[in-house]
Amino acid sequence: MGKAFSKPTVLNDTMTHYCPGCTHGIVHRLVAEAIDELGLQERTVGVAPVGCAVLAYNYFDCDFQEAAHGRAPAMATGIKRVRPDLIVFTYQGDGDLASIGMGEIIHAANRGEKFTTIFINNAIYGMTGGQMAPTTLPGQRATTAPMGRDTDATGMPIKMSNLLGGLVTPAYVTRQAVLKPQQINKTKKAIKQAFQYQVENKCFSFVEVISTCPTNWGLTPVDSLKWAEENLLPYYELGDIKTPE
Amino acid sequence: MAKVLMKGNEAIGEAAIRAGCKNYFAYPITPQSEVAEYLVKRLPEEGGVFLQGESEVAVGYMIFGAAGTGERVMTTSSSPGISLMSEAISYIAAAQCPCVFVNIVRCGPGLGGILPAQGDYFQATKGGGHGDYRLLVLAPDGVQEAVEMTMQAFTLAEKYRGPVMILGDGLIGQMMEPVEFPEDLATEPINNDDWATNGMSTRKSKKRNLVKSLFLDPTDLNNHNLALKAKYDQMGREDIQFEAYNTDTDYQVLITSYGTMSRVCRTAIDSLKEEGIEVAMLRPKTLFPFPEAAIYDAATKDSCKTVISIELSMGQMVEDVERCVKGQRPVEFYGECGGDIPSPEKIIDIIKGII
Repeated sequence: MGKAFSKPTVLNDTMTHYCPGCTHGIVHRLVAEAIDELGLQERTVGVAPVGCAVLAYNYFDCDFQEAAHGRAPAMATGIKRVRPDLIVFTYQGDGDLASIGMGEIIHAANRGEKFTTIFINNAIYGMTGGQMAPTTLPGQRATTAPMGRDTDATGMPIKMSNLLGGLVTPAYVTRQAVLKPQQINKTKKAIKQAFQYQVENKCFSFVEVISTCPTNWGLTPVDSLKWAEENLLPYYELGDIKTPE
Repeated sequence: MAKVLMKGNEAIGEAAIRAGCKNYFAYPITPQSEVAEYLVKRLPEEGGVFLQGESEVAVGYMIFGAAGTGERVMTTSSSPGISLMSEAISYIAAAQCPCVFVNIVRCGPGLGGILPAQGDYFQATKGGGHGDYRLLVLAPDGVQEAVEMTMQAFTLAEKYRGPVMILGDGLIGQMMEPVEFPEDLATEPINNDDWATNGMSTRKSKKRNLVKSLFLDPTDLNNHNLALKAKYDQMGREDIQFEAYNTDTDYQVLITSYGTMSRVCRTAIDSLKEEGIEVAMLRPKTLFPFPEAAIYDAATKDSCKTVISIELSMGQMVEDVERCVKGQRPVEFYGECGGDIPSPEKIIDIIKGII
């Protein structure tokens, strides 16, 4: 009888720096499984963001570049344009992608760049210690919104997938979550589909993943999953927002 | 090859192609947009990549990403645009990726003006971005030299695995001059498999490569900075370029000047010679590494009483000249930075005033 479960080849056998209960580990594994299953390891270049996933390259055994804050989509554009044979993905958080990197992601998506973006949305800045993100919910507390996000002063949370899905250029844009096993399976399918579109040179592909941040939310890992389910999912609805067909 | 009459900006674009660069990313800005308008036509003929980015910030990182694969890549911009690219230049220098930035300098600060200037000397040579890095900076004095330096820039970028800047100005970009493209300046691309993120399958080792600038361990980071400094020191030993003009005479005054301004100085020196006044010029062609010893030697010649740095700035390179002269001679300065270029007559008056 063969092995029923094993570590993806492209995932390194190493401790991560992520906090207990953080869902980055799950998403890293899903990305690694997709790369493995599509046989892409040897021609994949990842682009790490600035934020919690800045050290992502320590966990993936494939070529990697490390961008400045928010600039991963521009870097990925440079890589993919000059080497279209490579498989390129960016892995970005919500501060990186939806705040400082807003210009880069919109224009990359609008040009229909043939790379894949994995967007981790946990509604807060993680690495810098729990500041308010563009995705922070109304009333949600953050170190720079100690009384909770005041939408009169800071506007409403940005729904990145809906924003990108509103562009006319064909793309694959989907919002998934990793709070329950069933959601994790769906996210896996979405990530694999996103890479598949890139393999087919079809379109820009974008997978938003609703995630948790127990440390900066001040909740236990289990309570974080519950909080995200009850608070994030009603605002950030799951499902495909746009497909290229 | 016969000479052809070309506008500086177009000649720079053609020189990049002749040097084997097939990748160009840029954002429009006066006075250099003709490079993009030229290359959008020429690069497809060569099977190359042309992309107009959404901002100079993004273009800086497109260059970074492309350079990280080991492919030859270039952008061109002008002063305010280079300010925006300076973030990326710092990262690229840290991550050690070869690429070429061309700055067709206009007047500043701020929006300044669109006419020629040399006010970006500090930015280019002292680091426009953050941290301990240096750019190898080539300063052409006309269209022919802009062509030659653009071609050399790719070889130097690969030699030192880092960004190289061409510091021109609006005049060099806009004027037409007869040029030729020396074939011997085109070099074959080198193998970058030991560091470039060009896919594990392409290299024998099958080990993955990382292009990064983050070193959280203080010892690692210090060692990284020492390695970068070793490259900058090597540039100083091996790749200083300068022109010495009329230095075989008993000159009373030594001019230091570069780029467009140096051409006017050369005319002034020729006129003064006819009047029996000998003046020499030391023209740095590399602004970093700086021709320190050459300037010291020329300034301390017995006949030389005074050094004067003449620039299209409010006094930038003069600080390096003072550093090189080490107090052995008085160092004067004359500069204009509104977009007008001083006439030879003006320079002659200035020189006569200090004799």
